[in-house]
Amino acid sequence: MKRSHIIAIVVIAAAIAIIIATAGDASTYVNFDQAYQMASTGNSSQIHVVGELKKENGQIVGLKNSDDKLSFSFILVDDHKKEQKVIYNEPMPPDFLRSEKVVVIGNYENNQFIAKKILLKCPSKYQDQKLVKS
Amino acid sequence: MHYFIGNLGHIFVIAALVTSVVSAFAYWKCFYSTDNLETEGWRKNARIAFYLHGISVLGIVAVLFFIIYQHYFEYHYAYSHSSLHLPGQYMVSCFWEGQEGSFLLWMFWQAVIGIILIHTQRKWEAPAMVVFALVQAFLASMILGVVIPYADFKIGSSPFILLRDALSDPIFKVNPDFIPKDGHGLNPLLQNYWMVIHPPTLFLGFALTLPPFAFCIAGLWLKKYSEWIKPALPWALLGGAILGLGILMGGYWAYETLSFGGYWNWDPVENAVYVPWLILIAAIHVMMTYKNSGTALKASIILAISVFILILYSTFLTRSGILGDASVHSFTDLGLSGQLLLYLLFFTVGALVLVAINWKKIPSTEKEISTYSREFWVFLGATTLCLMGFQVLMPTSIPVYNKIIDLFGGHSNLAPPANQIEFYSKFQLWFGVAVALISGTGQFFWWKKLEKEKLKTELLTPVLVSLIIFALIISIAKVYNPVYMALTLAGVYLIVSNVKVLLSVVKVKPGLSGGAVAHIGIGLMLIGILFSAGYSKIVSLNSSGLIVNKEMGTEFNRDNLLLFINEPKTMAGYEIEYRSENLEFRNENGYVRKNDIDPTSDPYRVVANKEILFEGKKLYNARDTFEIYPENTFYEIEMRRNGKVAATLYPRIQINPAMGGFLASPDIKKNFDRDIYTHVSAMMSRDEEPNWGKTEEFKVKIGQQFFVNDYVAVLEEVKRIDQIEGIELGDEDVAVKAKIKIQGEHESFYAEPIFLIRNKSEVGRIPAEINDLGIRIALLNIHPQTAEFTLGTNRRQKDWVVIKAIEKPFINVLWLGTGVLMIGFCMAMVRRFREEK
Repeated sequence: MKRSHIIAIVVIAAAIAIIIATAGDASTYVNFDQAYQMASTGNSSQIHVVGELKKENGQIVGLKNSDDKLSFSFILVDDHKKEQKVIYNEPMPPDFLRSEKVVVIGNYENNQFIAKKILLKCPSKYQDQKLVKS
Repeated sequence: MHYFIGNLGHIFVIAALVTSVVSAFAYWKCFYSTDNLETEGWRKNARIAFYLHGISVLGIVAVLFFIIYQHYFEYHYAYSHSSLHLPGQYMVSCFWEGQEGSFLLWMFWQAVIGIILIHTQRKWEAPAMVVFALVQAFLASMILGVVIPYADFKIGSSPFILLRDALSDPIFKVNPDFIPKDGHGLNPLLQNYWMVIHPPTLFLGFALTLPPFAFCIAGLWLKKYSEWIKPALPWALLGGAILGLGILMGGYWAYETLSFGGYWNWDPVENAVYVPWLILIAAIHVMMTYKNSGTALKASIILAISVFILILYSTFLTRSGILGDASVHSFTDLGLSGQLLLYLLFFTVGALVLVAINWKKIPSTEKEISTYSREFWVFLGATTLCLMGFQVLMPTSIPVYNKIIDLFGGHSNLAPPANQIEFYSKFQLWFGVAVALISGTGQFFWWKKLEKEKLKTELLTPVLVSLIIFALIISIAKVYNPVYMALTLAGVYLIVSNVKVLLSVVKVKPGLSGGAVAHIGIGLMLIGILFSAGYSKIVSLNSSGLIVNKEMGTEFNRDNLLLFINEPKTMAGYEIEYRSENLEFRNENGYVRKNDIDPTSDPYRVVANKEILFEGKKLYNARDTFEIYPENTFYEIEMRRNGKVAATLYPRIQINPAMGGFLASPDIKKNFDRDIYTHVSAMMSRDEEPNWGKTEEFKVKIGQQFFVNDYVAVLEEVKRIDQIEGIELGDEDVAVKAKIKIQGEHESFYAEPIFLIRNKSEVGRIPAEINDLGIRIALLNIHPQTAEFTLGTNRRQKDWVVIKAIEKPFINVLWLGTGVLMIGFCMAMVRRFREEK
């Protein structure tokens, strides 16, 4: 076997390894039930859940800042209308309340959903653009 | 309404498209005609068309800039990207904030490069310029803004669209000629000097990947399979330098302006330019080997093509809206995804077909390459770089896979890795180690062919020196993480071996040392990245002392720190204190405390209520009126070490509902060996009425001390006043003002509450508030018999801010390495441009 063949095999092996690693480390979009199931079967990987903040009569409910303002919790309603309290160990992002959609990245720990990261989808600045008439 | 200028711009756009198509066609004819006279005729036409194209592009640029500069807010582009109060230098940034402007920038650079090629590459002119003109035509179509009637299909998005056509606001029905008084403004995150130079640099880098691609395609067309490398190489080197510089400038901008805590976030937008750069570097290396030894021709062709295709792919990713939620930056989706996809596919398929047709005819060496040859090492290095790029490209394309699966009726719920930084770093770090070891060793083979035995003696010194330096670094900097140790060793070895090569080459032929210099730069960058990222330390880390929320479990450390005004906290060897809220001067460098100024009717002008000093320098007298920027609030954070001020930082917050609410930018104190970086993560809202505690009453005489919220206060005087701002006093009305001095932590404050009797019986009280101390004092009553006064005080929670502070050691090594890398690139490029002549 020529050396170049060996290198080619190594490269192909590395490429396959990369693809497998990507597939393995890729997260998934799931709902809270699926996330809970994953956690209860011992799978502690971080997943994405897309949802909306719980609202009653147009008011966001279930929002709670910790006393030291360094963390907060809120209620997220997923696509299947399941409500789940989500805990986030960072101060509340100031535009949090304006967001239409919230993507939480995290997992269940002891029956609570702990978000490691929150992505906010705010009304687009372009769609929302209003003329300032004054 | 200024219709003429917009129409002019639009004509230029159409002209740019038409001339580029004409030029491509004429060059095509020139290249295929056999008759000499005919060839020259077509060449002349093609050149004229390309020149006209260049003039049209320049015309579009000039018109768009004019519209922005003149504040013609009837145009959507000026309205949505600029405003009256925008400082002049940022008008330039407005130009490329929008997608259309950035396409224009890209087009502009390619037009410039095209004209240079016309004048320098007679042999390659016709085929290479066909590619150039076609690329320009595609780009021009992106800003065309023409709707095909009946089909409802839009080609391109014009920068010269009127506001009334872009926004459907009812006011345009009432008054079609309505022009807003002021623009929407430039995103404050882009109001940074790096945003003035980063986009032009990056797009110049994009544009510079075109000449190697064009030469390569020309080579395949002309069946001159190897000659294209010579003219392509200097452009590839220039592209490698500029694109690399552009990427790092973007990183530096992110570090200074965004608040994610670093310069690289492995965001899809960053990855989309990082991958082509890696492949470009690989391409440069194999092209150089080909020039020297005649191997790796096929690899050169494939890589030169891949670089340009990857640039198109990255354009598609970032501008088609496909990344959606996956990216924090995103261009708004202008509905150009179809066009972008066509652009990508046209050149991908075209290039692939051309390569496939010619594949068999491309010469290749069957000779087995020796492990002790430079070809082997370069090839190994290039392969590693390609795999390195591949590893980033795979996960970055996850949204694309989902889209493709959806297209075929399937459903995929694949999401990007949850922790991108951790995910990419763990792979890229090892690739970095491999690249460093390969290029460190490869350098020895570059200069002479080494035999097995000689290699040992050659390698002995650098390996020993590297080990000694490595041992010193890890013991001084306490690097105990084995992965980091590996990268440190590899980086040091890369530097040492290249210094050795540099020393020997510099004596003989200094002009050839560019490669060694560039590799030293890479070594420094690897070490700089390792320390600044791997050993970045959260100073505000909060692992003890505070009550952790019970729900959270105990495994959480708090990365953020709550600071009440003027109450120092000790963290990680620093004493951190929040001192004040500030605004920025318009005409001076520095900040002014909000407490020291009073507003006027113009939000951009304020009046000083005391002498204004900044860093000990007097800037304004009391009662002076001066200009400030009202949008941004800067929080003064003082960090002290052993009682001495180590840094006073002013991280910025802008509350801007139009731009997505809350924008935080860090402030960085740059020291020789470390940066201290702070940003605000939450702050109190001034809109809410504060929660005042219950009133405490004091009966005091003039000069008597008392305590308000533990601060020492003295009633200094009470006097009758004749006028109160905003209230009309009648002849019989009586108003008195008390002056109370309160000793705060750092300075004294005066509270001046007013007591008022109107129409003989109505009592009014105007309390005074001291923001910094969180207290409010009212003059409740006057007792003339005892010469006493009753004061009522309330307290509220003091002003607060939540910050995150990070220490980044040796980040300057990264910037130093970047500079060295650029010098190396320039040296190599100068050599190759000379060689070509």
